This record gives sequence, C-alpha cells and structure tokens, in this order.
Amino acid sequence: MAEPVVHQGSVGPVTRLAPYRAVLAARVRAQRSYRSNFLIDLGSSLLVGFVELAEVWILFHNVHVLGGFTFVQILLVFGIADFSFALADLFFGHCDNLPTYLRAGTLDVFYLRPQPVLMQLITSEISLRRLSRAGLGVGSIVIALALNDIDWSAARVALLVLALVSATATFAALFVWAAGLQFFLVSGAELTNAFVYGGRYAATQPAAVWSRPIKVVFGFLFPMAFTAYLPALELLGLPGPQWLPAGLAWCTPLAALWSWGMALGTWRVGMRHYQGGGG
Amino acid sequence: MNPIIETRGLTREFTVRAGLRRTRLRAVDALTFTVEAGEAVGYIGANGAGKSTTIKMLTGILVPTAGDVLTCGLRPVQDRRRLARHVGVVFGQRSQLWWDLPVGESFGILAAIHRLDRAAARARTDELVDRLEMGAYLSTPVRQLSLGQRMRAEIAAALLHSPRLVILDEPTIGLDVLSKQRLREFLIEERTAHGTTLLLTTHDMGDVARLCDRVLVIDHGKLAYDGTLDGLSRRVGVERVLVVDLTAPTPDLLDIPGTTHLGSEAGGLQQRLAFDAEHTTAAQVLTAVNQRVEVRDLSVEEPDIEDVVRRVYAGSRR
Repeated sequence: MAEPVVHQGSVGPVTRLAPYRAVLAARVRAQRSYRSNFLIDLGSSLLVGFVELAEVWILFHNVHVLGGFTFVQILLVFGIADFSFALADLFFGHCDNLPTYLRAGTLDVFYLRPQPVLMQLITSEISLRRLSRAGLGVGSIVIALALNDIDWSAARVALLVLALVSATATFAALFVWAAGLQFFLVSGAELTNAFVYGGRYAATQPAAVWSRPIKVVFGFLFPMAFTAYLPALELLGLPGPQWLPAGLAWCTPLAALWSWGMALGTWRVGMRHYQGGGG
Repeated sequence: MNPIIETRGLTREFTVRAGLRRTRLRAVDALTFTVEAGEAVGYIGANGAGKSTTIKMLTGILVPTAGDVLTCGLRPVQDRRRLARHVGVVFGQRSQLWWDLPVGESFGILAAIHRLDRAAARARTDELVDRLEMGAYLSTPVRQLSLGQRMRAEIAAALLHSPRLVILDEPTIGLDVLSKQRLREFLIEERTAHGTTLLLTTHDMGDVARLCDRVLVIDHGKLAYDGTLDGLSRRVGVERVLVVDLTAPTPDLLDIPGTTHLGSEAGGLQQRLAFDAEHTTAAQVLTAVNQRVEVRDLSVEEPDIEDVVRRVYAGSRR
C-alpha cells in the first residue's frame, strides 16, 4: 500500500504551525476577496468603537471627575482596554461560533484531524474587521499618553508593554472560557456574553466606582481591573483605591495566567463532557 | 496482519432527560466485532440503532462507557491525533470543506493539516481530481457546487491523506442514480489500487450490494447479523422484484416458475413479479415471461434496506 509521505518524528515549530498557517492564510484571502463587504465591516466596527468612546466623553461632560479620573486619564484606560480586547477578538473572538458547530455537528470534523481541537477552533477564523477597532484603541492610547503628564521611566515603558500583552491574553482567555461553557449550556452564548462583553465594558471604567459584586466578579474572578485600570493608575502615578493599590499593576501577567488556567480548565471539562468521559 | 477495527464488549450509554426523570439509554450494547485490513463492510441498521455512536467511538469522538476498541491498532480517544492520520471519515450530512473557498484551495489546506509532503500532496490531489472528475470545478467555491459535486469533493477531502481506513456515513444520500454509480465505481477502484478498508453506513441496498463483501446489522445497539449479503438475503428470504412493461394487455402472470405475482397495472400492461435470487435468476424469469408475451421494458427493484433490517430484527428477537 502506498503510504503517504508525512513528516514524522520531531518536527520544528515551523512545520508544526504549518497547518494553522494554511487555514488562517485562506481565511484572510476569503475575507479580502469580498472587498466592499470587508471595508463596510471595518467601517461599522470602527463606528461602534466611536460610539462607545462618545459615551465615555458625554459622561465626563457632566461630571468632570469619575472615580478619581479625568477624561484624558480615563481615555488611557479606554485605549488600553479597547486595543487589547480588539486584538483578542481578532484572534479568539470566533470561539463563540462553537454553539453553531455543536448544533451542526461540525465540531466532529476537528476531532478527525491531527491537531488539538482547541487550537483548531482558535485558528479556524480570523476576524480582520477588528483591525479598525484595534486602530481606534491605539489612537486613544497615543492621544492619552500625549495629553497626560506621565513621568516616563524605563519601568513605566516596560509596564505599558507588559500590560498590553497581559490584557490581550486575559481577554483571549475570557473567549476560551466562554467557549468551554458552551458544551454544557443549550443556548449559553447570552449568558457568557454578559461576562465577555460586560467584562470588556467594565475594563474601560475606573474600578473605584464599581459596586461590591462587580468588584468581586470583574476585579478578581475575571480580573478585568488588571487589564487597563491598574496599569493606567501606575502610569499616571495615582494611588488607586484601598482594595486595589496601584502597585498591583505589576501583577497583570499573573491575572492573565489565572484567566488562562480557568479557561483551559473549563475547556477541558467541557470537552470531556462532550465526549462523555465523565467529569 | 493486525485487524483494522477490533471491538470487545463496546458499550455506550447516554443519559436522557425527559422532564425531571433521567433515564440511561444504551445506544451501543456490548458490541464485539473485528474488521480485517482490506475488507469492505456495510454497517446497517434502522435510524437510532447506534451506527453513528459506534463510528464516533471508533474515531475517538466519543468515549465508550464500557468495553474496548482498537482502530488501526490505536486507542481512539487517547491516540486520537495519531489515529487521524490513518482514518478518513465522510459524513454525508456535514461538510469538512470551507464553504466560501474554492474546492482546490480546501485540498491545499487539508494537505497542510495532514502535513503531506508537497510532491506527495500534488500527486494524490491530481489522482483524486482525475478519478473523481473534479477538474471542471476545482476553482468553484464549495457553496456553489451541486450535491453530487460536493460529495465527490468531500470524499476526496477524506481520502487526501491516503487513510488505511475510510468510514463513510451515508455517502450516497440524496444523490441521483448516475452520481451514485460513479461514486461506487470510484470506491471500488480506490480499494483495488490501495487496499483501503471501507466501513460504510447506508440506507441504500445498492451501496451494500455493489461495495461490500460483508454486512453487519445492528439493532438497538446489538449486533444482529454478521456475514455476507447473500447469507443475509437467505436468512431473511429477501426477494427482488422484476417489473415488466408488456407490449399488450395480458392476464395476470400467476404461474411463472419461482415467482410470486405482486400486482398488475394499466390492465396488465405492467406487472410486478417477486422472485427469490436463491431459486431463480432475473434472466430465467424474463425468458419465461417473454415466451408468453413480448416484454417492452423492464426494471429490477432491489430489496428495501429498511425491510431487510426489519426482517433481521424480527428474526433475532423471535
């Protein structure tokens, strides 16, 4: 029998990633081939971003200071949160397609391919229209950094980079966590969206004004306060509320790790439930 | 040589919730069978008999509740990713292609997914495109294909990595006669050329008759029959039906040897004769009819698979 020629044994990262790259490259081509559609998507995504920013601006038109933040200060929080969420959404947002796959039975196709199911789900799509949203986030960050009086140091530059990476990872984990729960919930996207998009919204707000239950849920369980608020406090040289001192800004990678632990745990249990192996 | 599929006491239960009551439903019940390399096996049973559940356990999608299963010598759940290199699955009802991409591009992605060597991928793709006659629509997006074209593309997609075992779940469902015929011919060629093992579930007796040299019948998760198709027909006494269109209205043909007259239409212009393939042949029946009256046209109706299955079930429960 003619055996297929397959790369065997220990393969380098380039070969190992080739399957995912092939799918993603094809997804990019497919999205770009409907050019006008793609441009409309980019535009509408940007518009939604502006509306959310306007919401914050209108709020500050009336109160001037909220949770100890002025508008240009909150712009930094908004920018960091919006940019990292857009990046996470770009690469992980389509994990919320899982209920569709479950209903249509197409998730089984992933089981028939020689890659981990979660990796296949994550790389099954890439939502390029989120790029405009990420652009808005970058714009907000740049303007906020210019308008605020920041005492720059090497440590603060490092903190900003660390915060952006960790925040993206934290939001990405939120998408994976939500996907893992879909294995149990019949139409659970509404429930998990409350946490995913509620979390995103909370992340753009100063955590000092949160009510107690929100502090528990989005301060620590889903560590949204660590994504943008805490790094902004530290960058602006503000002390932060008593329950969330600015020094915790350096713990953003820990928040990301905690989120991923929760996400992968939920995913594992979900997969086991789907396969019926108990758990 | 080691068997391709080996199950022992394979069992799968589901919890079914009806209101507040929870009941355990046994979808697959202590299934024990072996499929040797190179065999072509028809896996048939009524809807809900446990066919899909079995396939999911063979491929590592579902974890068995009890029992053992080895596919290509591997444990499907634990070795799922290694097993994927040796098994190709075609689901008649769900696609593994990318609906908005051209067919050819889907093959390119799948070659990368299975990490096929570039030259090997090209050779295999060319072979499949040629034999499944897909050249004309390689650059057409999948969503624009006809059902027949899409099924051919699905089969090529499942066979691209030259799997040792190909599992086909209702591969000919909804296809017209010609497309069915083409698909069957292709699968026979593929088997001859590469020694591929086939396991197929189907509602089409024609698929079983032309493709399979062995039949497994499953009833309520239990194996009700394991043997040849002829043996199955013998056991349940399945009769084929010869439908003859006659040139002149004729009284009911009640005394053709080895047949039972089922009915006449259009004043005796069309008559239906059931015969048992064990005792006579379609040709003998036709000759006997032709001596009486000239036959203008004819067709042979295959036994209905649902009917065969029902009879096996009735027999095994007696």
